[in-house]
Amino acid sequence: MDNILNQIGIENYIFLSVVLFCIGIFGVLYRRNAIIVFMSIEIMLNAVNLLFVAFSTYHQDAQGQVFVFFSMAVAAAEVAVGLAILVSIFRNLGSISIDNLKNLKG
Amino acid sequence: MIHIPDLAHATTVQVIFCFLAFITIATAFMTIFSRNPIHSAIYLVICFFSIAGHYLLLNAQFLAIVHIIVYSGAIMILFLFTIMLMNLNERHQVHRPRITRLGAIVSFCLILIVLIAIFINSKPIVGGYDSTGEDFQSIKVLGKILLNEYMVPFEFASILLLVAMIGTVLLSKKEKLK
Amino acid sequence: MEMDTNLALLLVLTPFLGFLINVFFGKSLGKTVSGTIGTLAVAISFIVTLLLFNQITTTGKAIEVTLFDWIQISNLKINLGFLLDQLSVLWLLFVTGIGSLIHLYSISYMHDDENLHKFFSYLNLFVFFMITLVIGSNLLVLFIGWEGVGLCSYLLIGFWHKNQDYNDAAKKAFIMNRIGDLGLLIGMFIIGSMFSTLDYATLKTAIAGASNLNLPLLSLAALCLFIGACGKSAQIPLYTWLPDAMAGPTPVSALIHAATMVTAGIFMVTRLNFVFDLAPDVQTVIAVIGAITSLVAATIGLVQNDIKKVLAYSTVSQLGLMFLALGFGAYEVAVFHVITHAFFKACLFLGSGSVIHGLHGEQDMRKMGGLRKAMPITFWTMLISSLAISGVPFFSGFFSKDEILLTAFHHSIPLYVVGSVASIMTAFYMFRLMFLTFFKEFRGTEEQKHHLHESGALITFPLMILAILATFGGLISLPGNSWLNEYLAPLFTKVAGEEQHLGTTEYTLMGVAVLGGLLGILIAYIKYFKQNNVPESDENITGLTKVLYNKYYVDEIYDAIFVRSVNGLSVFFRDYIETGLSTLVFGLGKITDELAFQGKKIQTGSIGLYLFVFVLGLCAIVSYIFLAQ
Repeated sequence: MDNILNQIGIENYIFLSVVLFCIGIFGVLYRRNAIIVFMSIEIMLNAVNLLFVAFSTYHQDAQGQVFVFFSMAVAAAEVAVGLAILVSIFRNLGSISIDNLKNLKG
Repeated sequence: MIHIPDLAHATTVQVIFCFLAFITIATAFMTIFSRNPIHSAIYLVICFFSIAGHYLLLNAQFLAIVHIIVYSGAIMILFLFTIMLMNLNERHQVHRPRITRLGAIVSFCLILIVLIAIFINSKPIVGGYDSTGEDFQSIKVLGKILLNEYMVPFEFASILLLVAMIGTVLLSKKEKLK
Repeated sequence: MEMDTNLALLLVLTPFLGFLINVFFGKSLGKTVSGTIGTLAVAISFIVTLLLFNQITTTGKAIEVTLFDWIQISNLKINLGFLLDQLSVLWLLFVTGIGSLIHLYSISYMHDDENLHKFFSYLNLFVFFMITLVIGSNLLVLFIGWEGVGLCSYLLIGFWHKNQDYNDAAKKAFIMNRIGDLGLLIGMFIIGSMFSTLDYATLKTAIAGASNLNLPLLSLAALCLFIGACGKSAQIPLYTWLPDAMAGPTPVSALIHAATMVTAGIFMVTRLNFVFDLAPDVQTVIAVIGAITSLVAATIGLVQNDIKKVLAYSTVSQLGLMFLALGFGAYEVAVFHVITHAFFKACLFLGSGSVIHGLHGEQDMRKMGGLRKAMPITFWTMLISSLAISGVPFFSGFFSKDEILLTAFHHSIPLYVVGSVASIMTAFYMFRLMFLTFFKEFRGTEEQKHHLHESGALITFPLMILAILATFGGLISLPGNSWLNEYLAPLFTKVAGEEQHLGTTEYTLMGVAVLGGLLGILIAYIKYFKQNNVPESDENITGLTKVLYNKYYVDEIYDAIFVRSVNGLSVFFRDYIETGLSTLVFGLGKITDELAFQGKKIQTGSIGLYLFVFVLGLCAIVSYIFLAQ
């Protein structure tokens, strides 16, 4: 079976992941809406997952994909809990802007 | 350096890859920039679908299916539900000071440059790619690895999900007024 | 070997177990059980000691027990081990033997005290530490015991802690002992640095085998060790704590401040005889200080009116005599006197305790008298012990004191004279005590007279045993045919006491000593029996007597020289140095506080800013790791 990377090249996947990851960071910093921030975090996670899968193919090893499974499980749990927290914040503050969350102030 | 395939002589695979990559990046950007959270969520769904396409391209079929089920199915529905539950729309768009936007753009550029610089500086890959011809990512093989070597973490993941479920229920339950 | 280790551990740990039981469960066990447990714990140790003694006398070999390596720093190696040889087993015999008797006595004596279990736990702890001190195989184990007995002494002197004077006495004893302990420590350090060992046996071979010893340094070590002994055994200039220590309950005075703990100094010097033998100058110092202490304490004892104070000064005086013997290298003679002294002085203290018990706490001899009929057993036992301490022939004290004076005569006539005078005074004040307490009419209140009675069997039994020992204890070292000298011979490098010839000189000296003792008794008889004198009350004391009565004002002098100057220094430090330091420290605190106050403004709580900084940091770290090369 032909290796798909012969046609595309691992470096293209790396670039794609890097760009996607940076977009995630950008989103986190740029937006004030906590839900969008969450979405950006998901984008970052997916960038990393993509890289895992690419390298799994590169090394012809399934372990990379196993890690992606676990990362997905964690992401699912994180989103569930995070969104629940957001809901309760929204109930209490009437807003989900992260600017309103200033309890970390010294 | 980035190797941009010659479109005129590109193989089908290369064309598909470029197309998917473009969709991925574009929708990711749109997720961030669209003013309405519901639009953001929909763009994100598209983005996840395209990532699933990448997985298929890499022949990781099982992962692609799981990805669609978990991300596009579960997580995004959760997002949409939450957004609708809060009744968020453009009204809730908070004012962003200019300094914040500037900071975000600066750090975006910075981290992009740094990561790419690292990649360029690193040792280039020499030679072609191995192809052992061995089956390494079919559901059968993955299942064996997951339930042999990764048995314990697998079980822990189930506990994690259970705990997350309980936590979510507890958090989103309305507190009784005293 | 296994057997020996077990025996040694049984010996040491039984009193400790007794301490633990009494300290944790004593109150709920009740007074009788608590006292019985305390007594049994020491009695078991005594039985083990008898077994060990039997073993030592049959085999003639020392038992060495090493529990584990304790400290190992470069070439300094210290074991936690025990050495059960002739000397330590001898000491154990009277520590545990007299200890058991005194425990038994205390059951009755302390019966009315609410903290009886505490008393017994302290006593057991004391016995534990005393055993540790005696059987340690090196100086550091001795030091553990040394500090431990000091602590117990402190606890027991201040046992009736509701009286502030008693607390002060306890503190005084503790602090005086600390001064001595410092000397002991310095001595240990010097020896440790010279020979890289603190083990007695190793030390002995090292000193015997050394070709060019640094004798001045070794002498300094010996002097420092002697300072330690001074503190523990109440010699000039550190003796003033012992009379004050009489604040403790009488059994404590008998056990700790007469029979056992105060002899620790003599034990230590005897143990390290091979060190002291190489420092003749220090030996001279020891002899002189011993003689002076014995004389000074005896003179003070002449005029004291408190029955326990008389005995306390007598103890200091007798300890001085022992040091006199040590100074002449006559270790076995000093040990002999330690043993006989333990017998008769414990008996005297317990007897005085019986008297005090009978008079419900009265200690002033001016308010006693005529107790002979009411307390016959106490009277007879105390009489025997007084005869023994006065050196009347064929009682134990006669032999031991005579040997000391004999040794002194062979080495230095002036010190012999001093020692003899002290002995005559001893005879005088002991019989002054006897006449004032037991003869003539009772001088106390009517009510006390009404309640006069002999103490119970638990009190009189130990008295009788001790009186018997005080009578016959001298038999262990008869002149010319000394069992003790042969028994202790393996310990000493020199041929001990160059085989005493019983010539005319010796018999003459013996006669002189006996005459002196009888003279002292006669003076006391004339003054307090014939003329029926009673010491005057405190206001009427004048002249030399007043100086003596106030103990040469030594406490006041110490107070003026040391306590005042230290106080002045403390005030200076409090007013100036402390103020300066606290300004400095508070200043540092204020600076930090101000910095923190400014610094907390950076913490805006804005998550956006935090994330921004986080990303910048990530960039910096990643570029440092991957791009900096």
